[in-house]
Amino acid sequence: MNDQRPLTIIVVVVLVGLVLLTKLFLIQVADDSFLKRAERNAIQRVVDHPYRGLVYDRTGKIMVYNNPIFDLMIIPKEFQVRDTARFCEIFRVSKEHLIETYTAARKYSSVKPSTLIKQISTTDFARIQDYLIDYPGLFVMSRSVRSYPQASSANTLGYIGEISGNQLGRDTVKYYRQGDYVGLSGMEGFYEKELRGVKGVKYKMVNVRGVDKGPFKNGEYDTASVAGKNVTSSIDLLLQQYGEMLMAGKRGSVVAIEPKTGEILSMISAPSYDPNVLTGAQFSTNYMLLNKDDTRPLFNRPIMAMYPPGSIFKIVQSLVGLQSGILNVNTTFACNRSLVACHNHPSPVDLFGAIRNSCNPYYHQAFRAIINREVSSNTFKDTEIGLNEWRESVMKFGLGSPLGLDMFNEKGGSIPSSKLYDRVYGAGRWKYSTIYSLSIGQGEMLVTPLQMANLAAVFANKGYYYTPHLIKAIDGNTDNIPEEFRTKHEVGVDAHHFDMVQDAMAQAIYGTAARAVIKDIEIAGKTGTAQNPQGEDHSVFIAFAPKSDPKIAIAVYVENAGWGGRAAASIASLMIEKYLRGEVTRLELEEYVRVGKFM
Amino acid sequence: MRQDDLYINKIDWITIGIYASLVIIGWFNIYAAVYDEQAAKSIFDFSINSGKQLVWIGTALLLITVIMVADYRLFENLSIILYGVFVIFLLITPFFGKEINGQRAWFEIGAFRLQPAEFAKFATALALAKFMERPSFDLSQVKYQLQALAIIMIPVSLIMLQPDTGTAMVYSAFFVMLYREGMPQRYYVLGLTFITISLLALGIENNLYLVIGVAVVLGVLNFMGKKSLRRSLSLLAIGAVVIGYSYSLDFVVSKLPTHQQNRIMVLFNPDLDPLGVGWNVTQSKIAIGSGGFWGKGYLEGTQTKFDFVPEQHTDFIFCTLGEEFGWVGSIVVVFLFCSLLIRLIILAERQKNRFSRVYGYCVISLLLFHFLINIAMTIGLFPVVGIPLPFFSYGGSSLWSFTILLFIFIKLDSHRIQFLGRMN
Repeated sequence: MNDQRPLTIIVVVVLVGLVLLTKLFLIQVADDSFLKRAERNAIQRVVDHPYRGLVYDRTGKIMVYNNPIFDLMIIPKEFQVRDTARFCEIFRVSKEHLIETYTAARKYSSVKPSTLIKQISTTDFARIQDYLIDYPGLFVMSRSVRSYPQASSANTLGYIGEISGNQLGRDTVKYYRQGDYVGLSGMEGFYEKELRGVKGVKYKMVNVRGVDKGPFKNGEYDTASVAGKNVTSSIDLLLQQYGEMLMAGKRGSVVAIEPKTGEILSMISAPSYDPNVLTGAQFSTNYMLLNKDDTRPLFNRPIMAMYPPGSIFKIVQSLVGLQSGILNVNTTFACNRSLVACHNHPSPVDLFGAIRNSCNPYYHQAFRAIINREVSSNTFKDTEIGLNEWRESVMKFGLGSPLGLDMFNEKGGSIPSSKLYDRVYGAGRWKYSTIYSLSIGQGEMLVTPLQMANLAAVFANKGYYYTPHLIKAIDGNTDNIPEEFRTKHEVGVDAHHFDMVQDAMAQAIYGTAARAVIKDIEIAGKTGTAQNPQGEDHSVFIAFAPKSDPKIAIAVYVENAGWGGRAAASIASLMIEKYLRGEVTRLELEEYVRVGKFM
Repeated sequence: MRQDDLYINKIDWITIGIYASLVIIGWFNIYAAVYDEQAAKSIFDFSINSGKQLVWIGTALLLITVIMVADYRLFENLSIILYGVFVIFLLITPFFGKEINGQRAWFEIGAFRLQPAEFAKFATALALAKFMERPSFDLSQVKYQLQALAIIMIPVSLIMLQPDTGTAMVYSAFFVMLYREGMPQRYYVLGLTFITISLLALGIENNLYLVIGVAVVLGVLNFMGKKSLRRSLSLLAIGAVVIGYSYSLDFVVSKLPTHQQNRIMVLFNPDLDPLGVGWNVTQSKIAIGSGGFWGKGYLEGTQTKFDFVPEQHTDFIFCTLGEEFGWVGSIVVVFLFCSLLIRLIILAERQKNRFSRVYGYCVISLLLFHFLINIAMTIGLFPVVGIPLPFFSYGGSSLWSFTILLFIFIKLDSHRIQFLGRMN
């Protein structure tokens, strides 16, 4: 017999062992991809979504809360029903719906839950709760949708929605996942980080059919979610709702600010919408409808609409002139209507009279004095230097760039510089006669209603402002609000120059805005008319009150309502009365505004 | 009495020790494979497979006792009868067997199900040993080669009728025994060449590359040896046969049942269809591969007990071990099997009579085949074939048949001196 052969067989056995162990080494030790695939197989990461923070108004009234809604879930394999008719009666579904959804659920998976009835209300839930025990395979899953009990302040509060691909891309810390809800606009958007809380994570094991097999490693790696912080808005809900009522059926903006703090008391964009339509399952449908609406309810006018400031800008011109020493209270100019049109009033006028009468020729001449100071013998050069210095002073009033309130997409308006005119006319080819319309707030100049309200606050404060903001407290603590909202901005005009301006504004309303007068409350205000090349001019009014100790500064824009003395002044006046007194006595004026026939 | 003392002392306790280790490790793994933390049943619970396996182990101990106390001559004397009985069993199985998964491979007697094909292995081994014991039996002669082949092919063809390709394939293992007993070496060279060419033909997508390869190899051979027209022509003929075979193999594969075609395809392209035909192998590799070096710990595996691996307590039991005990666990089990096989070769070689040695090599052949193919299939080295891992996999038929197979040899070995005496 061949003695080599047993040895050969032993070698074969050893080789077999080595081959198997080598391959096992390759997949078990050398390659860790199998471990990851195993985890993907059997370990499911379930996110525990935190409770989103609530939003209150400045008086503690709730503006946004989380409304629990209930979905009735079904596990087809466990589901049993003896009396279908009775089941349909209890759960208020049609037999067809039951059969249809059951079949669909069964088709999806017989062991994984599917939704049988969507969005059951709290009251319906209370009713069916006791019956659930009779039906195995049914259970209720609760989730919450944002709810706005007053249906007010839609554009201010904003909305939440599913995160977009872009936002996911920007989320470098990878907090969000596809399908997460985030604040997309308004306060919901700006205070997303505060409101959202911190997600928790649970790891659970599932078998090959997706059936839950309990927590992974007894929950060793699980983390609990942390509820979002509650946010107190500076909005005065009653004032806001009153303003919304007044602005119903009109287009425009109302912005009211507490001058001493920069807190926004009211921010109204009209027309608006019921914020509740942008919640829950109907979000996309309703969003499309709102987006297509000609009246543009999603357009947040107070911070996004830009208009020429019109006559109101004359006050800024006066203050810039006074501070630079080019004007003083006694500077007089004739109301020379060959320069620019004006209306009937005594002539010549001093600065006080010019503000009170809103005299156009006065500012045409005053602005020329501010711009052309003969620092250069070249009149083109001289105008350029003058304009740029003037622009610097004007921008200190919070004009020409975004104020930086706590909302996204704020527009900055524009205060033109020499560069703009160089671009349009060519360098050295424009002078004062090219730009004179800036003198009366027309021409290449744009402001937002928010900037105008802030201007009113500057006048009220005699030379400073706090960046307007919607936040009053986070988690009940006013110290938590961002630092920039607690920083005072000086506009670079000495306080004493404002005395005369305030007096003139107080006088002015008796002339141009008699409807704004309130008995026993001294209002300082200024009308304006924003020219509108597309149609009827926009009615503008800014004011603050009481003059001696201003509590509210306000700007009102009513589009296509003509001269500012009528619509805008009336609304501003009613808002001031409502805020300062808590109620409005002038019901006929209220009625006049509500009917809204200003033409 | 003197005789009994004699043979108790001759029992090979090393083999029994390895056997016991494998059975116990297997039993713990069966428990791990079906373990459900939420149900938290004991390993002894008869409602789960680990409890049932305990019954099989207990009855296996009874079988061992019967084998050990029986007369050692019984097996030789009964070999032909046993072979005949199991051939008859196999003959009637396709008609009276219970159909499971499209196969009629099982007999149902009350609550028990037995698989005659499993038991036919040791009967065939005994029959082969009996036939080859004759002094005139010489495997270098074609006549005797055909006789041995016939003994093997009778049960194989009957098992193919069930049809149970996996179990039928197991019988090819007897070629290891035949090799030891003097089957001419050229058959094995030819066989290995054939297998290599088949693997290349199936593994290489484009047969053109194979043609080029064959041409190059034969070309080199032609110029290396002595030049003669005859030699060149025969090389050319070999080339033509090889290439013709490669091309016809694709055709043959296309005639196989779809599930077998798929298993072959998955072997060469594991990521072909991981959720479909590749599911078993993919999940099996994930389970074993995720074990890492030390494993996840006993009862901590997720892939097997959550049913990602199909048949995890029977044919894919090695997954549970790989997942929970890692590469270290794999080494232990592979080492135990290799030790068992080498120990059995040593035992077989010390037999003084041919019957015992042939039988011993039959046991070695079958165990080697099962061990190699079962583990190889779980790690994607071999197509999925439904054969159990000896002593390890859940199931009475499998445990009993391997226990009988092994212990008959241990019994024969313990009487090797007496065989010697008888022969003298």
